[in-house]
This record gives sequence, C-alpha cells and structure tokens, in this order.
Amino acid sequence: MLVGVLALQGAFYEHEKALEKLQIPYFEIRQKKDAEKDFDGLIIPGGESTVIGKLLKDLDLFDILKQKIENGLCVFGTCAGLILLAKEILNDTRIHLATMDIKVKRNAYGRQISSFETIGEFKGIGKIPMIFIRAPYIEEVYNDCEVLAKVNNNIVAARNKNQLVTSFHPELSESLLVHKYFIDMILKQNK
Amino acid sequence: MKQDRYELNKNLAQMLKGGVIMDVTSPEQAIIAENAGACAVMALERIPADIRSAGGVSRMSDPKLIKSIQQAVSIPVMAKCRIGHFVEAQILEALEIDYIDESEVLSPADDKYHINKHDFEVPFVCGARNLGEALRRIQEGASMIRTKGEPGTGDIIQAVRHMRIIKEEIAMLNEMNDEELKDYAKKERVSFELIKKVQEIKRLPVVNFAAGGIATPADAALMMQLGADGVFVGSGIFKSKNPEKRAAAIVKAVTNYNDKKILAELSEDLGGAMVGINEDEIKIIMEERGK
Repeated sequence: MLVGVLALQGAFYEHEKALEKLQIPYFEIRQKKDAEKDFDGLIIPGGESTVIGKLLKDLDLFDILKQKIENGLCVFGTCAGLILLAKEILNDTRIHLATMDIKVKRNAYGRQISSFETIGEFKGIGKIPMIFIRAPYIEEVYNDCEVLAKVNNNIVAARNKNQLVTSFHPELSESLLVHKYFIDMILKQNK
Repeated sequence: MKQDRYELNKNLAQMLKGGVIMDVTSPEQAIIAENAGACAVMALERIPADIRSAGGVSRMSDPKLIKSIQQAVSIPVMAKCRIGHFVEAQILEALEIDYIDESEVLSPADDKYHINKHDFEVPFVCGARNLGEALRRIQEGASMIRTKGEPGTGDIIQAVRHMRIIKEEIAMLNEMNDEELKDYAKKERVSFELIKKVQEIKRLPVVNFAAGGIATPADAALMMQLGADGVFVGSGIFKSKNPEKRAAAIVKAVTNYNDKKILAELSEDLGGAMVGINEDEIKIIMEERGK
C-alpha cells in the first residue's frame, strides 16, 4: 500500500504524521512525475483551495489526478480538499477537480474568529473530535453520495464510493480514526 | 484567550504553510494576489518600501481599506498594528481580521511592552530575530512567528541571518541540561516550560514564516530550504515590473523549493525585480524595533 499526499500547499505534513502513526507508507506529490506514479490512495489536505487549485493546473497535475479519481483511486479530502473535489461550489465560480456529487459552501462559518472545535458523531466510527478552521460545509449531497457526519444540521463529512471528504481536520486532532477509515476503504478496494 | 482558541489560531497558521502571504494596498492588488496563488493577503495602506521612503509615523491602516480588501477576496486577510498598540489591535479584532501582525514595519507605540495577545480571540503573528524574541512573543500569545528580515529593502541577508540564528539557538538547547535551560530561560525572560518544549520538539512550537527582503523566486526557495514554513512577500511583488507573473512564480517556487530545474524555469523572464536597498545603505533599521 502506498498513499500519495498532495503537498502543494497547506497542512500536508500533519497528514503525513498521521500516516506514519498508522505505519502506512506515503510520498509527497509536488509535480507531474510524482502524480504519474502508481499509488493506492490520495490525500488532499487543508490549506487554501484557491492556491492548491491553481497549482494543480499550473504544475500539470490536474488531468492526471482527476482521471485517476474518476477511475476509482481512493481519495480523502479535508477542508480545502473537500472544496477541490466538489462538483458545485455555492459561493465561488472556481470549480476544481469536480469529481464528487456534493454542493459546498466555502468559509461557511465565517472568518477565523468563528473557527471552532467540537465532538461529533461520525457514521461507522462514533464520536470523534472535529476541528473546523475557516471551514466549508456541504449544503447538499446527491446521487450515491452518503452523509457521514453532521454538526448543527450541516453536513461535515460524506462519502461517494472511492471519495471521502471532511470539512473538519482529523489530521489536527490526536484521533486517527478517520485516517483508519480511509485506509480501510483502500484495503477493501484492493481486495 | 482560552487554550482551545489559541490552538485553533495555531491551526490556521498550519493551513497557511507552504504558502505565500502577499502585501497589498488595494482590493485590486488583493485580487491579483489571490489569482496568483497567495494563501493570504496583508492589507496595508503602504508597502514597507514606500513607508521607508515616505518617513514619518506609520500606523494601522484605515478600516475602510481593510474591509474593502476583505470583501474582494476569499482567502484570509491579515493587517498590521503597531508594536504595543493594543487599541489598534482591538479595532482590527472588531473587523474580524483573520490574523493581526504586530509589526516593526509600523512605528512602535510602546518601547517597553508588546501587546498581551492572550487578551484577544483573533490570532497574532510577530517578527523575531532570534530565539529569545520568538519565545517572548509566543509567551505573550503569538500563534505564528516570522523572521523580521529588513522589510522594504529587497535584500534577503537579514531574513537569512534571523532564520539561521533561530535554528542555531534551537540546536544549542540540545546540549543543555535542565539547570542550564533554567539559566537560559531566565536570561531570555521566558518560562522554563516553553524552553523545555522547544528543546524536546527541536523547533518553534508555532509555524515560522520568513519575511523581509524576499524579492525573487530564488529568495523564497532559499528561505524554504533554510527551514521556513512559508514566506511573506511585501514590497517584492508590487514594486516589481510584472507583479502578476512574479507573484505566481514565487508561489510555485515555494511549492517546489527543492527542485532546481523548476526554479530555473520560474526565474526566467520575470521582468525587473524591485530595485532594493543594500544593508549598509539603510537609514531606518526596522528590525531593531520590539525586542
């Protein structure tokens, strides 16, 4: 098993630490030749979606990664990663990979002063810490996309077959449960 | 400020890592910066190079300007207040600014105390030239540190010096036993617990960006190779001949700071860089402000 961590901007290091704790081999994707490698899962970290989205295009990673996801590569997007995977963004004209059947709202809670932490129920895992930093949430899921967590009635985690997204940051908390959930997705697919 | 708020504020800085924070003086510049790939913008009335040439007292920006920039972009917006000027910070907090830079670029308001940043909900970034300064700012509640460098000069030497000193001093802690650490803590006016933590994790306990004098993609990559988590670019972009192109190139250089081939491509045909001032030609030494 090998997981690629998109390392263009943002909190990719924190995801790498989580993978290390789970003893999962990983490598960083910073340019085209990295994206062309064979790997079993992709993590798109938090950061600024406008920056990562632009760099995906500028560095020629966009088409390769989009195609891999559409062909079934397991992908896990947190915060900005969720925005990058969404087919629809309510308050932005910039759409990025657009592989997941969700409609999202960027900076849905407002500016940094509204960032917060809570404990929430994640379907199939149980109660986990959820850290929201200038976070988006999912306004709507459609087709086969399944809601995995809600906080204050807003959707904050979802899964669409090979794609997993959270609007919070599991990589910033001590809990490894969401990363484990993602690794299980990869293992089941590889069977 | 409660502990969980402080953690959330440190977390926002983590999201900025590997990114470029750009100084902008208008909504139009903010949009250019966002489109070029800035991970945040610093809203200012004047960029440091112009503050230098204008002279006089330099203060917090007009809230109207800050609000217009907040409306223009979707990325985090930062703004500067004077060192020790906690009322300017209160005003910036009322604007729901995403990060306050308590900055030596502006004229200091207090030569004895920095702002007690624990009194605020919004996060602060502060400049530092050495480990003692960085830890004093963290102890006062800063959730992000940047090197001071020498702003508005286009000269990288001070930023390099400050980054190296911080690294060397952290390495030096490694050799110390608890008694020596206690002495060091006392000398630097910081708590033993904080020093001990730095010794353990072998880095600052918050995100550390490079700032001051970054003018080219190579400058940005240099600071990243020296261990910066990201960079601030002030005058270097909008004082250059082609801000859009230079800004985008610096963003890419920060992502691929270790790839000399990509850096060579990025450095090509950017138009004139800012002219800059050499270290020995500087009249106002901003890095001396706020120790």
